[in-house]
Amino acid sequence: MQTESKIRADSRTEPGPRGPGCSLRHFACEQNLLSRPDGSASFLQGDTSVLAGVYGPAEVKISKEIFNKATLEVILRPKTGLPGVAEKSRERLIRNTCEAVVLGALHPRTSITVVLQVVSDAGSLLACCLNAACMALVDAGVPMRALFCGVTCALDSDGTLMLDPTAKQEKEARAVLTFALDSVERKLLMSTTKGLYSDAELQQCLAAAQTASTHVFRFYRESLQRRYSKS
Amino acid sequence: MAEAAGVAAESLAGCRARAARTVLDQVVLPGEELLLPDQEDGEGSGGAGERPLRLNAAARSRGRVVCGPGLRRCGDRLLVTKCGRLRHKEPGSGSGGGVYWVDSQQKRYVPVKGDHVIGIVTAKSGDIFKVDVGGSEPASLSYLAFEGATKRNRPNVQVGDLIYGQFVVANKDMEPEMVCIDSCGRANGMGVIGQDGLLFKVTLGLIRKLLAPDCEILQEVGKLYPLEIVFGMNGRIWVKAKTIQQTLILANILEACEHMTADQRKQIFSRLAES
Repeated sequence: MQTESKIRADSRTEPGPRGPGCSLRHFACEQNLLSRPDGSASFLQGDTSVLAGVYGPAEVKISKEIFNKATLEVILRPKTGLPGVAEKSRERLIRNTCEAVVLGALHPRTSITVVLQVVSDAGSLLACCLNAACMALVDAGVPMRALFCGVTCALDSDGTLMLDPTAKQEKEARAVLTFALDSVERKLLMSTTKGLYSDAELQQCLAAAQTASTHVFRFYRESLQRRYSKS
Repeated sequence: MAEAAGVAAESLAGCRARAARTVLDQVVLPGEELLLPDQEDGEGSGGAGERPLRLNAAARSRGRVVCGPGLRRCGDRLLVTKCGRLRHKEPGSGSGGGVYWVDSQQKRYVPVKGDHVIGIVTAKSGDIFKVDVGGSEPASLSYLAFEGATKRNRPNVQVGDLIYGQFVVANKDMEPEMVCIDSCGRANGMGVIGQDGLLFKVTLGLIRKLLAPDCEILQEVGKLYPLEIVFGMNGRIWVKAKTIQQTLILANILEACEHMTADQRKQIFSRLAES
């Protein structure tokens, strides 16, 4: 079940007249493509592609079980090489986002595992991982109190805001900010930033990300409606 | 009026709590809030922020609305927790507001009390069997929970056997327990499933579709070959026909039923019936 969409959001996502490059790249999402996991999804943003699989609610080791909620684990595998410290830190960010949204209290003493495999990395990797994880959790039927999405912003040396930057734009940028937003009120669930930026720029990026997330959530809705319309 | 109520109930920026009636049979996403019919009236007339005094509050039909799978009560609204189509069933006897639930597609089973499932015996420890039902924990089955079983007359159950039983205890806090007798002490089809045959796994939605009263797939399959079939609500189907080849054909048809349309299915059945 594959859905594609071209989203161009030039003038609306940009809060100030700051120049070109504020559009989100082409999205595509495919669900239920793996046969073994309980839920799976593949999310593409431009050339960045991440494959996610969700197992759960399943058995948990006694050492890891929590008596009143589900144990959420996230495993992120890079495209090449062994997972390192960067992957561990991204896993923790994704896990914190998922824990805020998944209703773990409905499945105590179980484990919900999200496995993410980076297929190709061309910028905005963390946001793509968050989107793939959300679609996979929905595909697995894990109860959630809202959907979430990831949006990346980059600020370059003259203060131009770029949404969904490519790898080249991320390298040349002065600051890269990634936000995870929820679908109910566009509230901020998680933010991770790298680089130098001012307070006003942070608020600007957050506002731009919130506007961009509307498009992502609309894409989620279309994708899921298409999936259920086939049955 | 439902639309006006929907707009008036806009309490969150960018999010509308919609009336459940207007969203029936449509795809709903986690995080959406739904209003029940008796809240709609209150919201509609209170759109300007004022609520008229109601002297006879009992005149409003206060049915008991049952919140089914995929929905949670959130204040006085329903919060959608799973993605799927919203369904509603009117109450049969007239009392209550009916049942709302979300029809979602899932592979992983979560034990529910009263469900009939197929389990695989994984261990025998003392007086109970541990049965794998596909959930997060193995269910426990006492050896006395078979028809005609007593302390001296133990049932003949080995590790690896298939068991068809129902849950008597299944909630999120306790280990699930199953039995192979009904409340009168009769087996009623439950117990150890016989030799041979093939056990395979399908999605939970397909099982519900096949077990629906108006499902033609089963009747068509029955006309093809004589067969024995057992459906477990945990997504497992056990099927047995006269020869291994027929069993495999039936298993493949049932697995493919999920993705085929009715015409494709009829084509395949007619082709098989000829050969």
